[in-house]
Amino acid sequence: MNPVARVTRARMLMGLAAAECIVLAVGLLTINAVGDWGFVLSLRGSKLVTIALVAWAIPFSTVLFHTLSNNQILTPSIMGFDALFVLVQTLGVFILGSVQVSILDPHLVFAGELVVMSAFSMALYWLLYARMSHAIEVLLLVGIICGVLFRSVAGLLQRLIDPGEFLVLQDRLFASFNSASSGEQACAALIICLSTLWAWVRFPSLDAMLLGRSGAVAVGVNYDRIAKETFLIVTLQVAAATALVGPITFFGLLVVHLTYRLLPGAPHRLTIPLSVLIGGTLLIGAQVILERLLGFLGTVGMVVEFIGGIAFILLLIGSRK
Amino acid sequence: MIEIENLRKSYAGLPVVDIPALTMPQGGVTAIIGPNGAGKSTLLSLIGRLETPGGGGVFLDGENVRSFRSTDLAKRLAMLKQDNSLTARLTVADLVAFGRFPHCNGRPTDRDRAKVSEALELVRMTELKDRFLDELSGGQRQRAFIAMVLAQDTEYALFDEPLNSLDISHAVAVMRLLHSVARTMGKTIVVVLHDLNFVARYADHVIAMKAGRVVETAPASHAIREDLLKQLYDTDVAVSTRDGRTFVDVYG
Repeated sequence: MNPVARVTRARMLMGLAAAECIVLAVGLLTINAVGDWGFVLSLRGSKLVTIALVAWAIPFSTVLFHTLSNNQILTPSIMGFDALFVLVQTLGVFILGSVQVSILDPHLVFAGELVVMSAFSMALYWLLYARMSHAIEVLLLVGIICGVLFRSVAGLLQRLIDPGEFLVLQDRLFASFNSASSGEQACAALIICLSTLWAWVRFPSLDAMLLGRSGAVAVGVNYDRIAKETFLIVTLQVAAATALVGPITFFGLLVVHLTYRLLPGAPHRLTIPLSVLIGGTLLIGAQVILERLLGFLGTVGMVVEFIGGIAFILLLIGSRK
Repeated sequence: MIEIENLRKSYAGLPVVDIPALTMPQGGVTAIIGPNGAGKSTLLSLIGRLETPGGGGVFLDGENVRSFRSTDLAKRLAMLKQDNSLTARLTVADLVAFGRFPHCNGRPTDRDRAKVSEALELVRMTELKDRFLDELSGGQRQRAFIAMVLAQDTEYALFDEPLNSLDISHAVAVMRLLHSVARTMGKTIVVVLHDLNFVARYADHVIAMKAGRVVETAPASHAIREDLLKQLYDTDVAVSTRDGRTFVDVYG
């Protein structure tokens, strides 16, 4: 595909996805709204903000993670972020009880989760990548093992706790856009914006990282430094999104692969905005369907995977013709 | 000038490169020859600072390559590895454009675009420039990577077995190209080669390596001789001259 055609195509797709986002967002804000508009809009608007933050952070960090690991079938959740979130929540309910947990200051919980997830991944990075070996594979492998450990410990604790407590816990573990407060949103937005700016400056180097470590070094990329920064950016974004709504990284892979298919071989400055817009379309659309068609019966994750999965299969079939 | 001092590298305690002192010939095509496992690729990786030396260092005009800023070194020294598999889908033009990265940091000017077109033209890939690499044959891919190194337009260029997966005519074309680039633009080109006939025809200098050590550094006309090659490869080699050209018969 020649570069001019690619930019044209990218602009067209971005325009389309942005239009869809806006239509769906208006739909989410207004469909079936009864009563005081001020109240309805502030309630639903807050939800929209949360969705936008997640739709921004997850595809963004997934693309960066692919570039960093030189592998397009992974998601950052392989490092055990989701599992760690589940473990922290489970530990909270196990040690303090659901009543105590529910009266904790949500900002404190948010900050705590953020710190635990960031500390975990940076510790992995320092111990394994910087100190021991410069192989990203080792880092990923240990990340997977930690994820399994966290999941097993959380599973054990979940079996030990009271079934009533477990129901409360389960509710907290499903990704949901309804619960984030404006303080949490502001904090997540700040982290996501700063890390986005940081990544933006690094886009040319990230493009060159597609050549692999040796290729990137040969054309003058300070690979180890950019890898470290990228890892930190991915960590911050995933941790912020997960602390905001719960385990949500599942939809990143889907969205990002849709983007790769639509815009093969594009540089980061095109891939990332398009994947963010597609992510927004999918998440807002899923929330509209969940609320207006399914009457909240289910989780947003189910809807995302159902629609996204079908879209992806259609795209695969279409591209074979 | 590339100089090597007390350069050592070991993997799992086994030394793979151990060179007390070596000055790379300046200008022209220098071929590094030697059997598998002689440390040729590792030597190139150490020069291109893809690997950290266990001791000693590589000096470019007196300065250690490891103390250069990444882009400053990449403006002066380019390198193509043996194995160039990519996970991302890139077009030929995208790939070659990465050769301009150290010069423009991802914001290509007209001059950068001109260099890219020129490099594509040199390897005769202009018509394939919008194709994805995974839609090309191995030889075409190899030429695209060579074009990337040419686009980088450096004083020094290192190629690790650039003739891999090229057919006869393209192998000859690539060697001719490297030879003429070295001659006309005054560049220093270092190539790891296995085909001794290409060495005899196109190399100006030869560095012979065995078991991590440099066995001989000599002009190609002097290095392509039976006793050295036999000792190097532990196999029978017959060197003959016909019409003033040197041929190496390695087929036993």
